[in-house]
Amino acid sequence: MENLIALLVGVPLLGAAVLLCGGRRLDRTGHWLGTLLAAVSFFIGLALFADMLGKSADDRAMHQRLFTWIPVEGFQADIAFQLDQLSMTFVLLISGVGTLIHVYSIGYMEHDERRRRFFGYLNLFVAAMLLLVLADNYLLLYFGWEGVGLASYLLIGFWQHKPSAATAAKKAFLVNRVGDMGLSIAIMIMFTTFGTFAFGPVLASTGEASQGTLTAIGLMLLLAACGKSAQVPLQSWLGDAMEGPTPVSALIHAATMVTAGVYLIVRSADIFNAAPDAQLVVTVVGAVTLLFGAIVGCAKDDIKKALAGSTMSQIGYMILAAGLGPIGYVFAIMHLVTHGFFKAGLFLGAGSVMHGMNDEVDMRKYGGLRKYMPVTFVTFGLGYLAIIGFPGLSGFFSKDKIIEAAFAKGGTEGWILGSVTLLGAAITAYYMTRVMLMTFFGEKRWQNDENGEPPHPHESPRSMTIPMILLAVGSVAAGAYFEFAGFVEWLEPVTGYAHGHPPISAAAVTAATVAVMVIGVGLAYLQYGRRPVPVVAPRGSLLTRAARRDLLQDDFNHAVFVTGGTHVTRSLVYVDHTLVDGVVNGTAAAVGGLSGRLRKLQNGYARTYAVSMFGGTAVLIAATLLMRAV
Amino acid sequence: MSFPLLTLTAAVPAAGAILTAAVPAARRTAAKWLALLVSLATLVLAAVVFVRFEPGGERYQLTESHSWIKDFGVRYELGVDGIGVALIALTALLIPFIILAGWHDADPLETSSKRWRPTQGFFALILMVEAMVILSFEATDVFLFYVLFEAMLIPMYFLIGGFGDRAHSGSDENAAAQRSYAAVKFLLYNLVGGLIMLAAVIGLYVVAGNFSLTEIAEARANGSLEMATNTERLLFLGFFFAFAVKAPLWPLHTWLPNAMGEATAPVAVLITAVVDKVGTFAMLRFCLGLFPEASKWATPAIIVLALISIVYGALLAVGQRDIKRLVAYASISHFGFIILGIFAMTTQGQSGATLYMVNHGISTAALMLVAGFLISRRGSRLIADYGGVQKVAPVLAGTFLIGGLATLSLPGLAPFVSEFLVLVGTYSRYPVAGIIATTGIVLAALYVLVLYQRTMTGPVKEEVRTLPDLRARELAVVVPLIAVLIFLGVFPKPLTDVVNPAVQHTMSDVQQKDPQPTVPNVEAAQ
Amino acid sequence: MNPVNYLYLAALLFTIGAAGVLIRRNAIVVFMCVELMLNACNLAFVTFSRMHGNLDGQIIAFFTMVVAAAEVVVGLAIIVSVFRARHSASVDDASLMKL
Repeated sequence: MENLIALLVGVPLLGAAVLLCGGRRLDRTGHWLGTLLAAVSFFIGLALFADMLGKSADDRAMHQRLFTWIPVEGFQADIAFQLDQLSMTFVLLISGVGTLIHVYSIGYMEHDERRRRFFGYLNLFVAAMLLLVLADNYLLLYFGWEGVGLASYLLIGFWQHKPSAATAAKKAFLVNRVGDMGLSIAIMIMFTTFGTFAFGPVLASTGEASQGTLTAIGLMLLLAACGKSAQVPLQSWLGDAMEGPTPVSALIHAATMVTAGVYLIVRSADIFNAAPDAQLVVTVVGAVTLLFGAIVGCAKDDIKKALAGSTMSQIGYMILAAGLGPIGYVFAIMHLVTHGFFKAGLFLGAGSVMHGMNDEVDMRKYGGLRKYMPVTFVTFGLGYLAIIGFPGLSGFFSKDKIIEAAFAKGGTEGWILGSVTLLGAAITAYYMTRVMLMTFFGEKRWQNDENGEPPHPHESPRSMTIPMILLAVGSVAAGAYFEFAGFVEWLEPVTGYAHGHPPISAAAVTAATVAVMVIGVGLAYLQYGRRPVPVVAPRGSLLTRAARRDLLQDDFNHAVFVTGGTHVTRSLVYVDHTLVDGVVNGTAAAVGGLSGRLRKLQNGYARTYAVSMFGGTAVLIAATLLMRAV
Repeated sequence: MSFPLLTLTAAVPAAGAILTAAVPAARRTAAKWLALLVSLATLVLAAVVFVRFEPGGERYQLTESHSWIKDFGVRYELGVDGIGVALIALTALLIPFIILAGWHDADPLETSSKRWRPTQGFFALILMVEAMVILSFEATDVFLFYVLFEAMLIPMYFLIGGFGDRAHSGSDENAAAQRSYAAVKFLLYNLVGGLIMLAAVIGLYVVAGNFSLTEIAEARANGSLEMATNTERLLFLGFFFAFAVKAPLWPLHTWLPNAMGEATAPVAVLITAVVDKVGTFAMLRFCLGLFPEASKWATPAIIVLALISIVYGALLAVGQRDIKRLVAYASISHFGFIILGIFAMTTQGQSGATLYMVNHGISTAALMLVAGFLISRRGSRLIADYGGVQKVAPVLAGTFLIGGLATLSLPGLAPFVSEFLVLVGTYSRYPVAGIIATTGIVLAALYVLVLYQRTMTGPVKEEVRTLPDLRARELAVVVPLIAVLIFLGVFPKPLTDVVNPAVQHTMSDVQQKDPQPTVPNVEAAQ
Repeated sequence: MNPVNYLYLAALLFTIGAAGVLIRRNAIVVFMCVELMLNACNLAFVTFSRMHGNLDGQIIAFFTMVVAAAEVVVGLAIIVSVFRARHSASVDDASLMKL
C-alpha cells in the first residue's frame, strides 16, 4: 500500500509532462486527460485513506523512500514521503477539490485556445501541492513549496497578453520568494542545529535545542507561511492574483495553496510548542491579517477581490489558531478543510456569474441575478451561509471552535484574541452579505460591453454546475461531519490536542458568535438591501478609500521597494560604469597619456638616442658601484 | 605507461581545430560538420574518462607524466580528480551545443560577400578553446597550467573581437569599435591577472624547487616544505588575483559584461560557462591545495567580496537594458556563490560550489542560447524592443522561461541543488554571510521575471509579430540542455559521487572539519 | 711601465669617441668616432688581460675586431646609400625614423 504514495504525486506530474510537451495534437483531448489523472490521484488517495482507517490510531503513518536526492557528506536529503493523518487530510482535500475544479475548468475554459496548457499547469500544481504535503523532510517540502509557487505564477499569468496579469504573476512570485527566503533560512538553522532536516529527527529533538534557536526557526517558518498564505506583511500579492482565471483563484488562491502556510506551522508543531515567543508572533500575525483582510473585503467592488480579502481573513483565523498551540492546531486544520469547500464553491460561483455576465467583475454592475442563475444562486448562497457561520453549516463549527480556543488562550491575550476573532466574524458576515446582496438581489445594474451588447445572464453548463453543487454539499455538511465523526481524535496523534478552557462558557461563546453574525448581516442589509446600490462607487470615508487601495500596502511597497529599488539599481549601474570601470579605464588613459609624453623623446635624431644610451649606461654603472660600496 | 586517455581527450579537439581551419574556403558546411563531429568525439572521450574514473580510488587518476623542460623541472603531468572530471564533462557536453547554436554565426554576409568572416576560423577557434580548457582541467603541473591559462586568451580574443554579435544598435563602425574595445578589455584584464600569476609561479618555483602540484602539496602536508607566512600569503594572492579576474569576482568583473554583450551568444556561453570555470576550478585546486594557511587567512576578505558580487551582480542585472549584459551580471552574481562555497570551507559548501560550476554552465547556456536565438530573429539586444513574444513563439518563450527558472534556482532544476548546498555550507560556518547570500535568491527572481515579463508577455509588439518559433536545429540545442537540467535537479547523484571524494581531499588539504550540529542527532547517535 | 696608464689612455680615447658621436653631424666622422670607442675598449681588454695574467681579454679583443669589421661594412654601405639618396652625409637629415 505504501508504494502507492509516490503515485499520488507521479500521476498528475505525468499529466503535466504529457500535456505541456505533447504539442497541439493533444488540444482536443488534453483536458479530459488532465481531469482523468487528477481523479486517479484522488482515488489513490481514497484507497490509502481506507487502508489507513483500518489501522490503529498510532500506527497510521506510512513512509515511502524513493532515493537519495542530494548525497553529500553529512547532508542527506531524500526523496521520501510520509503519509500520516495530517497529510491524508490534505491529500483528499487537494486531489478532491482539485478534481472538481478540473471538471469545472472544462466548461469554463472551453473557448480558450490554450486550454490544453491550462490543464497541464493545473496538473503541475496538483503534483507540486501533493509533494508539499507528502514530503518527509523540509527540503523536499521546499521543493513542493516552490513548485506550487511556479504553478501559481504560470496560472496567474495565464492570460499573459494582459500586462496586468503578467505583473500580478511576477508580483506573486517575488513576494513568495521573500517568504521562501525564510523557509531556506529555517532549513539552514535546522541543519546546523540538528544536522538534519527530516521531520522525524528534527521534531523529536526539539527539546534539546536552545529556546533562541527554536524561536529563530519558528519566526523564519512564519515568514515563509506569511508569503505563501498571504499574511501581513506579505499579503499584497493575493488581491492581484485574482487576474488569473477563476478556477485558479478557487483552487490555488482559496482552497489549497494559500493554506500551505497553515500546514507548515501545524506540521512544525513541536518547534512552535517549544518557542512561546514565536507562537505569540504567529497569533498576532493571524489576528492582524484577520482584520486586515476583512476590512479590505468590505471595500472591494470587484467580486473576486472581495473574496480574496475574505480568503486572507479566513486564513488569518487558521494562522491564529495554529499559533494557539495544541488547543488550536486541530481546529486550524478543520477550518482549513471547511474553508476549502465553501471558498472554492464561492469562487466557482463567482466564476459562473462572470461567465454569464461577459466577464464583468464589478459587483456594482450586477444585481438581481438570482432569477437568471438559480443553481449558481443556491450553491453560492450555501457557501455564503457556511462562511458567515450560520448555525449548522460547516463554517459555524470550525470558526466557533477557533473563537473558543482564542478565548481559552487565557489572560489578557486570550481576551484580546477572542474579541478580535469575534469582531472578525461580524465583519465577515457584513462583507459576505454585501457581496450576496449586490450580486443576486436588488435592481439590475447591468452595463453593455465594449461592443454595445447587453449581457445575457444564463446558467452555466453542467460541467460547471456539478462541481459547484458538490462543493455546496461539502460546505453544508463537512462541519457537522467532522464534529460528530471525530476529527479531533483523527488528527490528535499527529498534532497533539489539549482541550482549551475558555474563561466564559462554550455556550456563551457560541451565542456571542451567532449574535455578532446577525449584527453583521443586519448592518449589510440596512446598507445594501434596503437602499439601491449606486453604479458608480461613492467616494466613501477615508477608511473606505484606504481599504479599496488594500490599506495602502501597495502604495507603501511601491514607494519603498519599487521606487527605492529602482534608484538603487540605477545608481549602481552608474557606479559600475563610472567608478569600478572608471578606475580601470582611468589607469588605461593614464598609461596612454604617459606614453604620449614619452613618444616625444623619439625625435629621430640618432644623437639623442646615443645620449640616452650613454645616460643609461652611466646610471647602470653608477648603480653597480653604489651597490658594491654598500 | 598506460593509454594516454587524458592527452587524447585534449588532443582530439586540438587536431580537429587544425583540420577545421584547413578546410577550403568554399566547403564551409563541411567545416561545420567536421567541427561538430570532433566535438562529439570529444564528448565520447570525456564520457570514457567519467566512467573510467573511480570515485573511491586515488586522488589523481589516469595520470600521465613526461619531462618537458628538464632544467626547470617542468613536466607534462596530467591527472584528474573528481572536480576535474566533472568540469571536463561539462566542457565536452557544452561545446557541441555551442557549435550547433553558432551554426550560422560566422556565415558570410550577403552585403559584403568579398570580406566575409571565415567560418572555418570560428569553429576552429572554438575547438582550440575546448582543447586548452580540457587540458587545463587535467594539468597537475603548475607551469603547464599557467601556460594553458594564458594561451586560451588568444583564441578567445579572436572569438570576441573577430566574430561579434550581428544584432547591435548604431552603425557598423561603432559596433566594430565597441567589439574591439570589449576584446581588448578582456585580453588586458586577463593578461594582468596572468602576469601577476606568473610572478607567483616563479616565486613558487624558487621556494619549492619544482612545479609539480602533487609533490608540492605532499611536501607541504608532511612538513618537509616550510613556507614563511608572508611568502605563502604573497604567493596565494598572486594566484588568487589571476583566478579572481577570470572568475570574475567584484571589483574585477567589468570585462565580463562587455565581452558577453559584444560576442555572439555561443561565444558568450563559451566565456562564462566554460572558460571562466577555469578560474574557480583553479581556486579550489591551486589556492586551497598549495596554500592552505594563506587561504584560511584570506577567507574573511574573500567572503565579503563574494557577498558583494552576489548582491551587486544581481542588482546590476535588474538595472540592465540589454538582454546579454543582464545575463552577464547574473553570472557575476552566480560566480559570487561559487567562490562563497569554495571559501566557506565546509563539505557542503565545496561540493555545492563544484556542482554549481557545472550547473551554472548548463543553465546559463540554456538561457543565453535561447536569448541568442531571440536576438538573432529581431536583430536587437535591447529588452525594450521586445514584448509579447510568448504569443508568437510559445516554444521559444517556454524554453526561455525554463532557462530563467534554472537561473533563479527553482527546485527541480539542477542549480537549486548546488545553490542550496552552498547556502547551507556557508551558513553552518558563517551564519551572517549565509543570510546575506540568501537575499540573492529574491533578487534572482526579480531580474529573471522582469526580463521574462518585458520580453515575452504583454501585447505583441509590431516588430516581433512575424518572429518564427524555434527551428529544429535550435530545438536540438535547447531540449537536451533542459533535459540535463531536470535530470541533475532531481538526481544529482552521478555527479556528487565523483565530486564528494575530491572535496574530502580538499578539506583535508586545508585541515578543516565541518562544524558539528549543536544538538546531536538522536537517530544518528543510535 | 704601470699598465694602469694604458687604462687611462683607453678612457681618454673612449671619451673622445663618445663626444664625437654626440657632437659631430657628419656621418663619416661619427662612424670614425664609434671605431675609436671600440678600439678604446680593445685597448682596455688587452690591458686587463695583461693585468690578470690570462688570455680572456685578448680573445674578446679579437671578437670585437671581427664585429667591428662587419659593422664597418654594413655601416659604410648604409651611409653611402643614404648619401646617394639625399646628397648629404649629415646624421640630422636622416631623422625620418620617428613616430
